[in-house]
Order: sequence, then C-alpha cells, then structure tokens
Amino acid sequence: MSIRLENIAKHFGNTQALEPVNLDIYEGELVGLLGPSGSGKTTLLRIIAGLESADRTAQPSRIMFGERDVTQVHVRDRRIGFVFQHYALFRHMSVYDNVAFGLTVMPKKERPSNGEIRARVFRLLEMVQLEHLAKRYPAQLSGGQQQRVSLARALAVKPDVLLLDEPFGALDAKVRQDLRRWLRRLHSELNFTSVFVTHDQEEALELSDRVVVMSNGRIEQIDAPDTLYHSPKNRFVFEFLGDVNHLEGSVNNGVLTCGNAYLHVDLPDGPEELLLRPHEVRLAEQASDTCHLPVVVTAISPVGAEVRVELEADWLAKPWLATVRHADFERLAMKRGQHLFAHPRQWHRFEENTQSAARQTRTA
Amino acid sequence: MNQRALRLTGNTRVLPGFGLSMGISVLFISLVLLLPITGLFGQLAGLSLAQYWAIITEGRVVASYMVTIGAAAVAALINAVFGLLLAWVLVRYEFPGKRLLDALMDLPFALPTAVAGITLATLYAGNGWMGKLLEPLGFQVAYTWVGIALAMAFTSIPFVVRTVQPVLEDLPAEVDEAAMSLGATDAIAFRRVIMPHLWPALVTGTGLAFVRSLGEFGAIIFIAGNMPYETEITALMIFVKLQEYDYAGASAIASVVLFVSLALLLAINIWQGRFVRRLHGGKG
Repeated sequence: MSIRLENIAKHFGNTQALEPVNLDIYEGELVGLLGPSGSGKTTLLRIIAGLESADRTAQPSRIMFGERDVTQVHVRDRRIGFVFQHYALFRHMSVYDNVAFGLTVMPKKERPSNGEIRARVFRLLEMVQLEHLAKRYPAQLSGGQQQRVSLARALAVKPDVLLLDEPFGALDAKVRQDLRRWLRRLHSELNFTSVFVTHDQEEALELSDRVVVMSNGRIEQIDAPDTLYHSPKNRFVFEFLGDVNHLEGSVNNGVLTCGNAYLHVDLPDGPEELLLRPHEVRLAEQASDTCHLPVVVTAISPVGAEVRVELEADWLAKPWLATVRHADFERLAMKRGQHLFAHPRQWHRFEENTQSAARQTRTA
Repeated sequence: MNQRALRLTGNTRVLPGFGLSMGISVLFISLVLLLPITGLFGQLAGLSLAQYWAIITEGRVVASYMVTIGAAAVAALINAVFGLLLAWVLVRYEFPGKRLLDALMDLPFALPTAVAGITLATLYAGNGWMGKLLEPLGFQVAYTWVGIALAMAFTSIPFVVRTVQPVLEDLPAEVDEAAMSLGATDAIAFRRVIMPHLWPALVTGTGLAFVRSLGEFGAIIFIAGNMPYETEITALMIFVKLQEYDYAGASAIASVVLFVSLALLLAINIWQGRFVRRLHGGKG
C-alpha cells in the first residue's frame, strides 16, 4: 500500500516539530526516516500511524494509504502495524497471547475462529523463530526476542503498512545487526510497505530502499542510499551521513591558510571551510609544495578493513579522523605521538545560506 | 542461613549494617506495634472463653459489626472507582492545578479525623449546605449509614489513589497505543491491557481503605447519630465499654476488629505476591 502525505505539519506548544511536509512512499518500499533527535522523524511516523494528528493549517493536509484517505481515521481503523522502541509488550500476557491480541479484539463478525487464530499465531511465531517460547512471558525474554514478538504482534493483523519507531535502538550492536538483516529478509518475503525511524545513518543506509533525511522538522533530502551518500544536497546531509573533517581558514591568492597549515586551492579570497571524509585524507611523512598540513597521531584503532587514526594539531579546532589501509599503516609504522602530514585526496564545500545544491567537489 | 554463609566468606555484602538496622527495626516494631497488641491480649486473659464469646456476640455489638462492615465495604467500593479515576487523571493528564490536586489527596491523612467528622456532620445535617439540598429530595445522609460510609470514604481515599498512582506511572502510554494500533477499542484496551496491570494495586489500595474504615472512629461518630442497632459502629462499642471501665470487654471487641483486619491484609499480601510473580516472569 502506498503512502502519500500532503502538507503535514505539527507543533507542540510553541515549537514547530514539523514544518509542512510532503512525502510519497511507494508500495512495497522500505523507507527510513533518518535524522538527529528533535528532527521530527518520530512525530512524522506517529502522524502516519494516527497516534498524533497533524495541525490544521490553511492548506488542507492529507494522508492517503493507496486510494484510501485516512486523515480522519482513528489509529485503530487505519490498519497499521506499529513497533515501538521499547517493545510495549503486554507484560501480563504470554508471548502467544501478545501475538494473538490483535486477532482476538476484532469484532465478532470479522474475528477468525480460534483454530485459525492459533494457526496464524504459530505461523508468525515460526517466522520470528520463537514458537518454542509461546508460553513464556515477556519478562523472560531477551530484548531482541521481545522486539521480534512485538513485530509478530504487529504483523498478525495483516496491516497495510508497518511502522517502526527506532525498532533496534534499545538493543546491543550484535543483536541489532541480526535483526536488521532479518527485517530486510522479512520485508522482501512479505513485501509490505514499511517506514522506520532511526538516528543511525548506517542502519538507514543499510536497510532502506530510500532514505528520508530530516532535520529541524524539515525534509532535507529523499534518495536511495548510494545517491544520498554520493550526492548529498546540502551540508547537513553530508555531515549527518558520515564522519566529516573540517578545514577552516581564509583563502588568500589561492592559498587556504590556517595557523601554520596551508593548502593551495583555486577558490576566491575570503573565509572558507572545506569538508573531507576520513577516507579522503592521505597520510605521509612529507608535506608537499601545495599542501602543508602537519598533524600528530593521537589514537589508533586497527579494527576492521581499515585502520582508523585520530589526528590533532594546533590549527585544528576538532580532531580529524582518517582511515588508512593496513598496508599504509605498516609502511608508515604509525604510532601514537607520531608527526605526519595530511594530504586531502578530495574535498567538498557547500555555499553557506543556500538550500540548493551549491556543492563543489574537487580532487586535490 | 544465607546471611550466615555470606558472613563466613568475608564481608561480601556491599551494604553494611544489616544486623544493626534489622535489630532497630525489630525493636521499633515491638515497641510501637507488638507491645500494645500484647497488652490487648493481656486484658483478655481475665475472660473465660464463654464470657469472651458472650461479649463479642452480644446483639448490639453484632449489629455494629454489620453497620461497620457494610458501610466500610460501600466506602471501599466507592473509593476503588473514584480513587482509580483520580489516580488516572493525576498520572495521564496535564492540567493547571494538578500539583494542588495531588497535594489535596493527602489531606484526609493530615486532617484530624474528628475535624473531618464535625465538618461532614455540619455539611450534611438537615440545616447544612448539602443537607438542605438533599433532604427535600428524601435523601438523608447525616445520622444514617450513608453518612458513615461517606465519612469512611473521606478518610480512606488516599489509600487507593496512592497505591494505584505509582503503578499507573509505571505503565507506559505506549502500551495503550500498542493496543489501539492493534484495533482494540478503548473499552477493550482498558479491560484487557490496563486493568490487569492495575488490579493488584487497586485491590491492595481498596483493601487498605476497607481495613482503615473498619477502625475509623473520630470522623464517623459525629455524623453517625449513634443509634443502637442502627448506626453504631464497632469502634464506638469499644469506646462505650471503655467509658464503663470494662477494659476486658473493650479488648474483646477490639480483638475481633484486629483479627478481621489482619486476616484481610495477609490474604491481600499473599494474593498480590502471586500476581506480581507472574508479571516478572515467574522469577520475582
């Protein structure tokens, strides 16, 4: 079921939680709402669910599920499944009763027979691999298991759309990874439309067909994960989607200076801020004629495919992060306290005060 | 046993002072609670079983049990309903004056019960503010068992509110939202999701309110009218015996109240323990 939001706004007291937002979610899509806390992503999700209502504004706002206008429809009749960050399981009911709840509260006419409910609940429990725990109570389950129960419970009523509010936020890293993979698989098997909220860029990029990046109650960009990462529309998106190193200084005659550091750039005179991803920083023992960025290694984390190195210097307000191949790491014999020179492979800049794509990427 | 094992393996207990604090607690309980009760039973020693039985089954006393228990039951039920509602309003909604209402809840505890009794009697007497309104409608409150129940309800409402409130605060609003997102109507969500959580606290609070009402004296005697066989409460019977210097008789009646209260409290405790264990997955 596709979802269409038209002109949805929300304020709480004096704060504008959501500026008028338009959003189209296609049938069968898995969409992530990504943003820092306070960006309005959870509010938007709760409005889709019907747990909050949008402001009445001058222009009419509408929420459509497919051809169905659900703007005025109560949450219980919207045919949604909602998964809460803290599971919100019914603690006094067994796992079985939790999953069966949505079916047992249906009006008598629509309610499936007891045998049918039983069969459906066990099919769901099997799907979330918890059929052996059907008689347990939520307090006896781990966080990951509870969240799977909560998912099975939401799916039991065959919702048109599945909405998940930071579903893996309360779980530890390993379980989170498992559940993500598992949700992705479930989604491709059952092919429902789902929207989930997260503040974790990695989670959003890994899970979503498309990501909606939000900040301050606005949608900043909507795109597929790779497009989003490679062509962010503005500085906020660029900075939010990964680690960023800042190089701030002033340009004079094509040289950006910052303390005792300098870098040749073909930019007009004036204050300037360049942004670099960690993998765009190369480290060497020498400076070059066009680039003199002395740094000191302050921390090394050799875990993973690349070595993460933290760099500090007098001319840096915040430490830089560089990712270095293991081969280079060994060649330079890096250790803490070592003096090296940073060389940008590439840098990015965004025009201040513009919403549009005033982005430049240069290869240094 | 466990305690001794810990001692033997060295000072493994993180919080020190178990022995001392336990000792003081037991001493305090003995002085404040057990000693008077022992005194009460000491008074009974002068009675034979037949005498004891005769005192506690005397017609006027039995009538007072009926009045007391009946009024206390009505008061407790009224408090269960309205106490739950008050707790709900205090926890789930934000409104101006919420703090004030919250503080007012404890007033019946703070107010001398006699003051409450006199106030209620004045209000509901035939010429009082409320009495003037109600009596023409043929509804007499003062000097009837309705008045007794009213006074009981007044003094015991905090028990229900204060036991239900924390449990309700502990129940996240997400749980009702989950129930509604699954299609439950408000009534079903309340009955199947919210009530089961509140049940133990509500029963405990109601039970405490009931037991408190059984022993209430000051608030009731002014409004009760104290007609023998009709509006005399058990606490008054004890008082009457005391005025006649019949200490043994007073103790005999008091012991009945004590046993009933104790049995009820114990029953509630055991029942609640079972329920809570289920919520905590059979481990608590």
